Amino acid sequence: MERSEIYEKLNEIFCDVLDLDEVHLTDASVADDIEEWDSLSHIQLIVAIEKAFGIKFTSLEIMKWNNVGEMVNSIIAKKQ
Amino acid sequence: MPFSDFKTLKRLLKSDLSALPVVKVSLLGDTATQFLATAIRGTGVERGYHIDLYEAEYDQVERQLLDPTSEFYEFNADFIILFQSTHKLGENHAMLSSEQQTTLAEDRLNFVASVCSNPALEGKKIIYFNYPEIDDAVFGSYANHVPQSLTWQVRRLNCGLMDLTQQYPNLFICDIAALQNKLGRDAMFAANVYTSTEMVLSMDVLPNVASRVMDIICAVKGQFKKCLILDLDNTVWGGVIGDDGLEGIQLGHGLGIGKAFTEFQMWVKKLKQRGIIICVASKNNEETAKEPFEKHPDMVLKLDDIAVFQANWETKVDNIRTIQSILNISFDSMVFLDDNPFERNIVRENIKGITVPELPEDPADYLEYLYGLNLFETASYSSADKDRTKQYQVEAQRVSLSKTFTNEADFLKSLDMVSVVSGFTKFNTPRVAQLTQRSNQFNLRTVRYTDADIESFASDAEVIDLSFTLQDKFGDNGLIAVIIMKPQDKETLFVDTWLMSCRVLKRGVENFTLNTMVEIAKSKGYKRIIGEYLPTPKNGMVALHYPELGFTPIEGSPTAQWVLDLENYQPRECFIVANE
Repeated sequence: MERSEIYEKLNEIFCDVLDLDEVHLTDASVADDIEEWDSLSHIQLIVAIEKAFGIKFTSLEIMKWNNVGEMVNSIIAKKQ
Repeated sequence: MPFSDFKTLKRLLKSDLSALPVVKVSLLGDTATQFLATAIRGTGVERGYHIDLYEAEYDQVERQLLDPTSEFYEFNADFIILFQSTHKLGENHAMLSSEQQTTLAEDRLNFVASVCSNPALEGKKIIYFNYPEIDDAVFGSYANHVPQSLTWQVRRLNCGLMDLTQQYPNLFICDIAALQNKLGRDAMFAANVYTSTEMVLSMDVLPNVASRVMDIICAVKGQFKKCLILDLDNTVWGGVIGDDGLEGIQLGHGLGIGKAFTEFQMWVKKLKQRGIIICVASKNNEETAKEPFEKHPDMVLKLDDIAVFQANWETKVDNIRTIQSILNISFDSMVFLDDNPFERNIVRENIKGITVPELPEDPADYLEYLYGLNLFETASYSSADKDRTKQYQVEAQRVSLSKTFTNEADFLKSLDMVSVVSGFTKFNTPRVAQLTQRSNQFNLRTVRYTDADIESFASDAEVIDLSFTLQDKFGDNGLIAVIIMKPQDKETLFVDTWLMSCRVLKRGVENFTLNTMVEIAKSKGYKRIIGEYLPTPKNGMVALHYPELGFTPIEGSPTAQWVLDLENYQPRECFIVANE
């Protein structure tokens, strides 16, 4: 799966879960960039991403990502 | 999926809730409950309530309950939800000596009992989550032999909670253990989410849990299902009775998938025995539709179980409306089951409020699907609930008889109606008082009286107090009308109270009542009766009651009043015989 495809899907998921009109995530995106992205909606996002990609994150992954890029790395690793 | 997902529930909270009735709820939990709180509030909106929710800080159950100055007491909720998790119980269990482990359940039960009997919480409803099991596999199946095992203690605890409900009527168990039985532990719990957030419920299961909570709140508030309406062909039995005939329909363990329908009928029968009113709405000839009920050996449901049987070629919508008019209960207390998606849609679109589950395509799946909906939550149960079917069957017979008469008078005559007229006595006082308190529609002045008030009228020689029963060939309706008249002067009586139960509308009871009133008034030397109508939002049906009975308006009176001259009164036609 291409990185760009993952971002396309992630943008959709973020819009849907956070009720936003548009989102442009990049490797450098962090929760502070998006007002609606708080510790609670973070869990909603995780569960939605797990479902959309058919994967399961470990609890450590959920807590340790520093930015969206690292999360995308996790997704790619799991999809291989 | 029958439950809205979490996202949808969260979104509902953005809508305008100001028009919805407010219910104050507190949520105390020993794990993170923010998502549960959101799900409960969202489900509340779906059910028509604005849930004003106080959520205690995480893991403050004991502190908030034990400290009378806590925010919890200040908030003063009507419903208190306590969610102590099996997870935390297990943590606790792990740290105890094996001796202490054997009293884990008992200690927790004592805590719950202390909450239920806390005088500061009097009048509050306590909704306590029971404990979904976690098999920690420390003893394997042998845990069933070992009192200190977690399995032993959790099961004891759940049984003990049921015992507590017998003692504390303010305690309601939210059966999330049953939910876990249905969905499975792996669906109920997401380990990675728990580890990073302290949430013991998975995102996917939150709507189900919230729904179980709101089921209880709605039931306590009086919003629950009373009636189940069934289609017949391919819902109650397999096949089409009109085409396949008595021998061809699938029922019982013999033919085809008959077993699925038989077990479905067993469930319906249990609901009927619990007091749910069972009705039939089927597109069939009545005779054909009734044949299996009368003759098929594998039918679990009998005609006796059905309160109203509507089998004809009118639409389902019309038949359900007929059922509603006979039962006189609201559409939102009815559930309609039909295998045909087309019929389901028509009913859903035309009858607001009725619940129409999307039955699965395979009849084998009906029951498990219906179990999952928890349609018939209740906040009380008494053995008297069981007799309801008989009462409604009698009313249905009356309605079907009335259809065979083209002339209303002939119909009324055929009912052989008899009324017992009596003053207020110690035997009928509670019922008379109850009627004054409950009657809203056929009630001219809507004055409410207590038992003591009614007793004082009975002993006051000046007051003319009358009660009326009505019996007909189908059954006894009991005491259904009340009159209280007080002298205004030597020649004039004022009708303080005229009310009637809506069960006996259109039977000519008004005429019979007035004839009786006039007769008694005349015998006491009165010359006229004055009636008054005080409008309320609910008593519009009697706005023209007095003029329709031949009273003439009193000009210039500040309220709507009418007078009846007794001397020229001609007794009104009615078909009720007085039984002295």
